[in-house]
Amino acid sequence: MARKKRELQEINAGSMADIAFLLLVFFLVTTTMDTSWGLARKLPPPLLEDQPDPPPIKDRNVFVVLANANDQLLVEGELLSIDQLREAAKEFISNPSRKETLPEFKEIDVPLLGRMPVSKQVISLQNDNGTSYDLYIQVQNELAAAYSELRDELAMQKFGMPYKKIEEMAKSEEGGEKYAEMIDAIRDVYPQRISEAEPKDIGG
Amino acid sequence: MSKFKKDNNKGTPAVSTASLPDIVFMLLFFFMVTTVMREVDLKIKMDQPEASEIDKLEDKALVDYIYIGEPMNSELYGTVPKIQLDDDFATIEDVQDYIIARRADRPEQLQGKITVSLKVDKETKMGIVTEVKQKLRKVQALKINYSTREKVVR
Repeated sequence: MARKKRELQEINAGSMADIAFLLLVFFLVTTTMDTSWGLARKLPPPLLEDQPDPPPIKDRNVFVVLANANDQLLVEGELLSIDQLREAAKEFISNPSRKETLPEFKEIDVPLLGRMPVSKQVISLQNDNGTSYDLYIQVQNELAAAYSELRDELAMQKFGMPYKKIEEMAKSEEGGEKYAEMIDAIRDVYPQRISEAEPKDIGG
Repeated sequence: MSKFKKDNNKGTPAVSTASLPDIVFMLLFFFMVTTVMREVDLKIKMDQPEASEIDKLEDKALVDYIYIGEPMNSELYGTVPKIQLDDDFATIEDVQDYIIARRADRPEQLQGKITVSLKVDKETKMGIVTEVKQKLRKVQALKINYSTREKVVR
């Protein structure tokens, strides 16, 4: 009696594609591509009732940025466009030619870098209730960019690598502390001081 | 009698679909890895501004979101920008309670590390945003993040 050769029964994989498609569609519907990137900021703590007034700051040390309801910028009394803000802020922060009208410097001992002149700059930002959020973010972004470009220049000059690179290195496991010190030193020279005025309606 | 038997069926053989599951699985894994679960159903228009000096929000579990923008259904809700917390519209007074309630959900040692992400439409006026920021200051939620899209570097 001839017997057929026994074959292993195969599992029918035809419906596998359907199952996978089902899963795929589920994930497509329930998820978003959006990644959370943004400008990180720290708000000032709430004002106390009997808080003493902060010591006055000299006019030359303050960089006043006003934004009105028509999305125009008044920077240090001059009407500027958003593209000019970064350069203006950089000149103010670094004061390369040591002008009388731009901020003063104070010699401070900075770890790793020794004695460095550190600017007493403060940037004051004030916006109207009618200012668009878009402009507000652009201003914040340009000011942050001014700081980061100056930090970059200093990092290149002193440590031979851009600031972003040092930040990356600081996150690594080995020798991260060394880079963290570099970051602290650079931040000591160019501290980011953006102060937002208490809100009021300036109209426009 | 030929040595090689000819195939009986003359029609073209069907395309093999055996590798289809593999392809679909590949797509599936791609989407699973690159996307995140949607947090809420957006009821407002959301077109975020662009910025270049941005940081990534690291720990999603320690982020609360506040959405501000024009309602999508403008016939029903008008065009005045509104605040959305979780899945519902809220008023400015609800912000504090929301932040406090969300804070209480987290373990105590992590409560200081909570970031509030402000997802605001770029057409919104600063008035409502400033009000929200004042409320956040009052409840000591000082770490904030203005959510933006990444600007292509010029």
